[in-house]
Amino acid sequence: MSLPLNLKRLEAESIGIIREVTAEFRNPVMLYSIGKDSGVMLHLAMKASYPSKIPFPLLHVDTKWKFDAMIRHRDQIAERYDIKLLVYTNPEGLARGINPIASGSQLHTQVMKTEALKQALDKWGFDAAFGGARRDEEKSRAKERVFSFRSVGHVWDPRNQRPELWQLYNTKITKGETIRVFPLSNWTELDIWRYTRAENIPVVPLYFAAPRPIVKRDGLLIMRDDDRMPLLPGEIEETRMVRFRSLGCYPLSAAIESTAATLDDIIDETTASRTSERSGRLIDSDESASMEKKKREGYF
Amino acid sequence: MNSTPLRFLTCGSVDDGKSTLIGRLLYDTKQIMQDQLAALECDSRKHGTTGVDIDLALLVDGLETEREQGITIDVAYRSFATPRRAFIVADTPGHEQYTRNMATGASNSDVAVILIDARKGVLTQTRRHSYICTLLGLRNIIVAVNKIDLVGYSGECFHHIVGDYLGFAKALGISSITAIPVSARFGDNVTQPSVNMCWYDGPTLLDHLESLDVHQELDEKPLRFPVQWVNRPSLDFRGFSGTLASGTVKRGDRVVVAASGTSSTVMRIVTADGDLMQARSGDAVTLTLADEIDIARGDVIALSNSRPDVVDQFAAHVLWMTQDEMLPGRSYMMRIGTKYVPARVTALKHKVEVNTLEHIAAETLGLNEIGFCNLSTSVPVALDSYVDNRATGSFILIDRFTNETAGAGMIAFGLRRSTNIHRQSVLVDKLARERMNGHRPAILWFTGLSGSGKSTIASILERDLHARGVHTYMLDGDNVRHGLNRDLGFTDVDRVENIRRVGEVAKLFVDAGMIVLCSFISPFRAERQMVRELVGAEEFVEIFINTPLEECMRRDPKGLYARAKEGKIKVFTGIDSPYEAPERPDIVVDASFGDADAAALRILNSLIERSILG
Repeated sequence: MSLPLNLKRLEAESIGIIREVTAEFRNPVMLYSIGKDSGVMLHLAMKASYPSKIPFPLLHVDTKWKFDAMIRHRDQIAERYDIKLLVYTNPEGLARGINPIASGSQLHTQVMKTEALKQALDKWGFDAAFGGARRDEEKSRAKERVFSFRSVGHVWDPRNQRPELWQLYNTKITKGETIRVFPLSNWTELDIWRYTRAENIPVVPLYFAAPRPIVKRDGLLIMRDDDRMPLLPGEIEETRMVRFRSLGCYPLSAAIESTAATLDDIIDETTASRTSERSGRLIDSDESASMEKKKREGYF
Repeated sequence: MNSTPLRFLTCGSVDDGKSTLIGRLLYDTKQIMQDQLAALECDSRKHGTTGVDIDLALLVDGLETEREQGITIDVAYRSFATPRRAFIVADTPGHEQYTRNMATGASNSDVAVILIDARKGVLTQTRRHSYICTLLGLRNIIVAVNKIDLVGYSGECFHHIVGDYLGFAKALGISSITAIPVSARFGDNVTQPSVNMCWYDGPTLLDHLESLDVHQELDEKPLRFPVQWVNRPSLDFRGFSGTLASGTVKRGDRVVVAASGTSSTVMRIVTADGDLMQARSGDAVTLTLADEIDIARGDVIALSNSRPDVVDQFAAHVLWMTQDEMLPGRSYMMRIGTKYVPARVTALKHKVEVNTLEHIAAETLGLNEIGFCNLSTSVPVALDSYVDNRATGSFILIDRFTNETAGAGMIAFGLRRSTNIHRQSVLVDKLARERMNGHRPAILWFTGLSGSGKSTIASILERDLHARGVHTYMLDGDNVRHGLNRDLGFTDVDRVENIRRVGEVAKLFVDAGMIVLCSFISPFRAERQMVRELVGAEEFVEIFINTPLEECMRRDPKGLYARAKEGKIKVFTGIDSPYEAPERPDIVVDASFGDADAAALRILNSLIERSILG
């Protein structure tokens, strides 16, 4: 099946962005969150590099609270695309026992994701990092550049971003500065699913509806992926037909009730949906401007 | 929906209601999700300006600070779709200091929606934005006369504003203008025809956007393939990866590398989904050629029979986007296509006053100013005029020290001058002179504040070098200004030109095999870097005479500091004009060196260590 023109154009634009980084940066890395966007981005990296192998590694920042199915998917994917996989966990956070349940989502995200990411970038000395963020995801991301400049210490200053005209990306940085690169900037959630279907890109099975062990907490459907999440008084675990629109740490990712069991079903459901994709992400709703705040601190 | 999204930008003055209009489009086309609506209702109560109604502008004003100030400070890109078409809208700010962002939005858009507040009519900002849109090649302009509800849905008011606008637009040569009266707040003529304006029978804004034909015919233009990356997985495969900026390419096509003129034949058009027979504009592919010819990132591949200009001088409109003003003569890093090349503005022909389109003489360009310039690059580059090809006719200028994107340019035409001046080949070269002299040539560049001791140390060093039989010459700031640079003053522009000329003269002396001692305050890093690049790093020794300002002022050998403090000398380095100390000088002379004789001796020893002297 040949790609519809709009996907073909998005694909070509993303390939162009990825090649730009390959050509200009000393030591790039691709951030891999195991989600559907990461899957598309990795697939595009393969296409951008072909017939060369992907000339940069994948980095997964592991909070140790991802769904088990995600970790299995991650390892299979690295093998399938023949790419070097780096996994990093914040050792201090691990030693302090930071976790999303007892420490709260804010502290957990700060220490195990934002801090961990900065540590990992410093550890390997990466000068450019690809992220799978899309402009349609969230308000502050709508303003993000494709090449997003970070000063020393990974600081994002929304007032000090370089104007991006045409496709003339300014890739110049000096020591200690880095660039985050977003090849999927102009994709929408539906584009991602349609492309995933057209290209047969493997996704974590959690995106498809299945009967799963669910606890209802604060009105959200949380899946008990292992026994580290104790039931609160009055809570019961029940089996429900659910799927996930967005994947993160399992206690922080709410499921939706759904019977969408195939990519076609998901595309139909997304088209008809009246809630946003990140509505199930507990870390976004801490406060209204919280994504911007996290981004300033170095979060993707 | 098998088409590419229509990309449009909204622009206008700050309170014209751009964000509200986009919010309205998103809301009416059902892009707003329930949870976002809940957040919006909560935000409206906190920051809203619309009383009990929800404030649609808050949907698009993304960043925390601007939400509090009620202004949009950046470019935001939003997607929405109707059953007929998908859209990407760039929301761009109206504040004058953010004009650069508007140009950013315009550079990647097909259409501009220019908002005019019905109560205020055509403003300075309206003119500025219209001019930028046309400068960036937008041929379709939609004029949305907003807040029409606040003038009682008056047709007279609408026609009056449209008349004003057309008068201005005619001078700009905009080919297609559609004017629509709207109320973004109440939705009139945005997505639904208004019941309040029976005098208007044109399309709604959304109707018009859905039906607009913006086909660019990029396929029919000549092939331009900027090589982005040399793809070399193994010794048997050498491909050139990139995206076709325009035109088409087929297997077997005879192609040339524009800059070198070397030619070959396209063997394969490789993609991860298999080889193609033909690729067209916008396709990201990898080409392999029949012959092993020299191609690198930045080269442009074209068909033999329709090549781009290859020149090292050209004329262009430049929009300046940073606080540090554009100085003719200063070296910037230019990015054109996939190539980075050092470039200078050789002449600022005129500045454009955007309100009146008048041409004004100017020496520099400040933030948000637009000028028509001649530029020169250090090597010839392949280019087209911007009207012919946006991709090969546009460039950005990067500040070489801060790496900021300082300017954006649209090429008007290449200047043929460069091709008519051929270099004379010579029989005795620099190397031959070096052998005869017994030492290598070099520029010893003394930089530091006035009174720091540059000339004193340089003179002693020259005496000592001369005594060793070294061929030397001294270029001194004061002396040069009596002759060669008599016409220059002390403005930033003239200081840059002063150093450029001295650099060129010093380069001739280096070519003549001599060690040339240059003693100049030379306050700006960029110009010292420029001289270094004129001759090559191994022939340039930067000597920083690091005498503290207080000490220089105490010495004040020429009485200049005293006069500067009395205000009798304007723009005096160290007093009211900056000195940018070298970041990595080759030699630093400070108090620890002892007196001038000792300093000269240590510099001489350093020249021996650098094997400049035998």
